[in-house]
Amino acid sequence: MDFGPHLFLACLEGAITAAVISLTAVGLSLVFGIMRVVNVAHGEFFMLGAIVAWWTATSLAGHPAFGFSAALVTAPLVVGLIAIIINRLILVRLNYDPERTIVATIGLLYVIQQTALMTFGPDARPVEPPFNTRIAIPWIGFGDSGFELIWPWGLATTTYKLAVIAAAILIVATVWLVISRTRFGLIMRATQQDGEMATSFGIPVRRVYAIVFAFGAALAALGAVLIVPVQQAHYLMGGDPLLLSFIVVIIGGLGSLPGTIIAAVIIGMSDGIISVFFSPTLAKILATLLVALVLVFRPQGLLGRRRA
Amino acid sequence: MRRQDSSANPVTRRRLLKTLGAGTGAIVAGSTIPGLFRYAQAQSSEPIKIGFQVHRTGIGAAYGRWYDRTTQAAVKRINDAGGINGRPVEIIAEDDGTDPKRGAEVVEKFATQSNCDVAFGTLFSHVVIGSAPRAGELKIPYFVVSEGHHVASGMLNRYTLQPGITDVKSQVEAMGPFVAANLGKKVAMIFPDFAFGHDHRDYFTAAFEKSGGQVNAHIAIPPTETSFTKYFPKIPQDTEVLYHVMVGPAVLTFVKELGEFFGSSRPELFGFIDSLEAVDISSPGLEFLEGTYFWEGNPRYAQDNQTSHDMNYRQAVGVDANGASVSDAKDVSTYAHMFGCWETLNIIKAGMEAAGYQGPQDRAKLIEAVEAMTELPLSDDHPQGAKIFNGKTHQVFGHQYITRVTEGKLVLAHTTSIEDTFYPDEADYTSQPF
Repeated sequence: MDFGPHLFLACLEGAITAAVISLTAVGLSLVFGIMRVVNVAHGEFFMLGAIVAWWTATSLAGHPAFGFSAALVTAPLVVGLIAIIINRLILVRLNYDPERTIVATIGLLYVIQQTALMTFGPDARPVEPPFNTRIAIPWIGFGDSGFELIWPWGLATTTYKLAVIAAAILIVATVWLVISRTRFGLIMRATQQDGEMATSFGIPVRRVYAIVFAFGAALAALGAVLIVPVQQAHYLMGGDPLLLSFIVVIIGGLGSLPGTIIAAVIIGMSDGIISVFFSPTLAKILATLLVALVLVFRPQGLLGRRRA
Repeated sequence: MRRQDSSANPVTRRRLLKTLGAGTGAIVAGSTIPGLFRYAQAQSSEPIKIGFQVHRTGIGAAYGRWYDRTTQAAVKRINDAGGINGRPVEIIAEDDGTDPKRGAEVVEKFATQSNCDVAFGTLFSHVVIGSAPRAGELKIPYFVVSEGHHVASGMLNRYTLQPGITDVKSQVEAMGPFVAANLGKKVAMIFPDFAFGHDHRDYFTAAFEKSGGQVNAHIAIPPTETSFTKYFPKIPQDTEVLYHVMVGPAVLTFVKELGEFFGSSRPELFGFIDSLEAVDISSPGLEFLEGTYFWEGNPRYAQDNQTSHDMNYRQAVGVDANGASVSDAKDVSTYAHMFGCWETLNIIKAGMEAAGYQGPQDRAKLIEAVEAMTELPLSDDHPQGAKIFNGKTHQVFGHQYITRVTEGKLVLAHTTSIEDTFYPDEADYTSQPF
C-alpha cells in the first residue's frame, strides 16, 4: 500500500482506539479527580459493560440494532449499579483512603474478572453491530492524466467504525457540558476542589462520591458497548483499556478532563500509527516511555495543575 | 505436609498390591471387570491416573473446552471397554491458564502431588515448550496434542511424545504444492507471533518455494491482539494468495476485519482452520469466505464420504454433522484439532497394554512401547484417518484435509496422502537415555 493511504488507514484505526480510550480514561480521571481513588478495577467495569451488552443483545430477538440500542442503556445502568454497590460495601468502609483503596480495587479486579470467568465463561462472544457497511475510501493519486481519484486496495472502513468515533465525541462533549454547565457539575467541581469545604456548604459529599464512582464505571461500560461489535466480549478484555487509560490519565494530568482527552487522542493515534508502520509492541513501549518522561519532567501531566 | 502426602501414597499402593496379590481381590475384581484375566500380572485395580493439562482459561479456552469434552468421551469409551490392563482410567484435569509457567507447574503437580501415571493434553505450543523440560526432569511421560514442530525438531526430550496429532511442518509440507498448483504463486502470510506461527512461517515458506512459489510478505501478529485492520496494509498489492492462520479469542474479529479490508476485490485465501476454530462459519460478516480454502486436521462438517468411525466418534463426543455441540448449535467445536485427544488416549491405552504397564516404575517401558508403534490404521481408535508413527522423532504423520467453503459449509476438496507429509528425521529421541 502507498504511504498516503496507509497513513490514512492507520489514523482511522488510531481514531477508534482514541475514541474508546477517551471514554474509559475520562471515567478513570473523574473518579480520581473527585474522589482521589485510583481505581485499578476500572478495566473490569469496561469488561462488565461488554458482557452486559452481549447478554442484552442475545436475550433480545429481532434486528441487531434493537439489541444494541438496548445494550447502550442497560450496560451503563447495570455497571453503574454494581459500582454503587462496590462503593457502599468497600470504598465507604475504607473511608476513601487513597492507599487502601488501591489495594482494595486490585482485589476487586480479580474478584470481578474471576466472577465473569465463572459465569460468562472463557469464550469471546460477538455482538452484532446495528449497521455495518464497508466504505471504500477514494484517494487522490497522480496518474497518466494528472491528478485523479483512485480507490486504493484495502483503503476502507465501515460505517460502524465511523459511528463509534462520532458517538465517542458526542458522549465526551456531553460529559464536558454536564461538568461545566449544570448544577450537578458545579457540585462535582466543588467537591473536587475541597471536600471539607463542600461538606460545610451542605453538599452531601458521600452521595456525590457514590454518583461519580457509578458515573465513571458507566462511562467505561459505554466505551465497551461501542467497541464490542468490533471486538467481542471476553473476560480478559479489561487489561488493555486499563493500561491505556492509566497512561492517558497520567499524561493528560490526573483529574483534568481536557488533558485526558488530548492525551487519549495522542496515545490512540500514535498507537494506531506506530502499530501499522512499526510494531504494536513498539507502540506500547513508546507510550509507557512517554509516561515515564511525563512523570519525571511534568509530574502534574500536560494540563494538570500542580498541587500545593 | 505436602512431602508426607506424596510419600504416604506409594505405601498404601504397595499394601494394596500385597492384599490383592493374595488372590482374593483379583478374583473378585476379575468377575466384575472383563479382561482382567488376560493381564493376570495386573494385580492392582487402582485407577490409572492421567494428568490432563487443559486450557480452561486464557487465550486457549475454546480449545480447552472441547479438548476436555473429547477427553471425557474417550475415557468413558475406554472404561466401558474394560479400562487399561483391566484398570479404570481416571482423568485428573488441571487448568494451565494457557500459560507456559503455569503449564510447568501443572506437570509438576501431576508427577509429585496427584501421583499421575502420565501427563497428557494441551495445545498451545508455548505451553508445551514450557512444560516439557519439567516432564523430562520428573521422568513422567508427557503426551501432547499440540501440532507444533517442537517435538519432531528434537527440541524437547524422550519423555515428550506427540502420537495423536500431526505437526505443523508436515501439514504445511503437504499444503505447499496444493496452494502453488491451484491458487497462485505469490503468497503473503499472516500468522501469530509465537512458536506455532513461526513453524508456519518457516516451513510453509520453504515448502512453497520448493513448489515454485514465492512468499512476498511475512506478517506476524501477537496472539493477544484484538484489532487487526492495522496489519493488513502490509499485504503487498500483487499478492495472489493470502495465507492466514490466527489463534486466540479474537479470531472472529480477525477474519471479519479481513473481509472488511478487501471488500469485493480479495485475493485467493488459504487459511488454517485455526483462524476459525470454535467459530460458526455462517457468522455475519464472514460471507466473503465463500469459495476460499481451509486446511482442516479433521473436517468439521460431516462429509459425503464420512466413515463409520467418524460417525461413532462424533456421536461419542456429542458433535452434530455441522461440527457443533448436539445440545447447542451455536457452540462450535474445535473439530480440526480435538480428535488428537481421542487418538492420543487410545495410544496411551495401547502402549500401556503392550508394555504390561503396572505403575510409575514402568514409565520407560511405556515410552518404549509407544516408540515401537508404526502403522495406526483407520479405526474407531483413530477416526481421523490412518497414521504412521515415527518412534525416533516421537511424531505421528497422517492425512491432511483441504476443504472449500461452499454454500456456507466446509466441503472436502482434497485429501493428502500420508507420504505427502513426510520430511527427513531431525532427531532420534530413542538414543537419549531415560
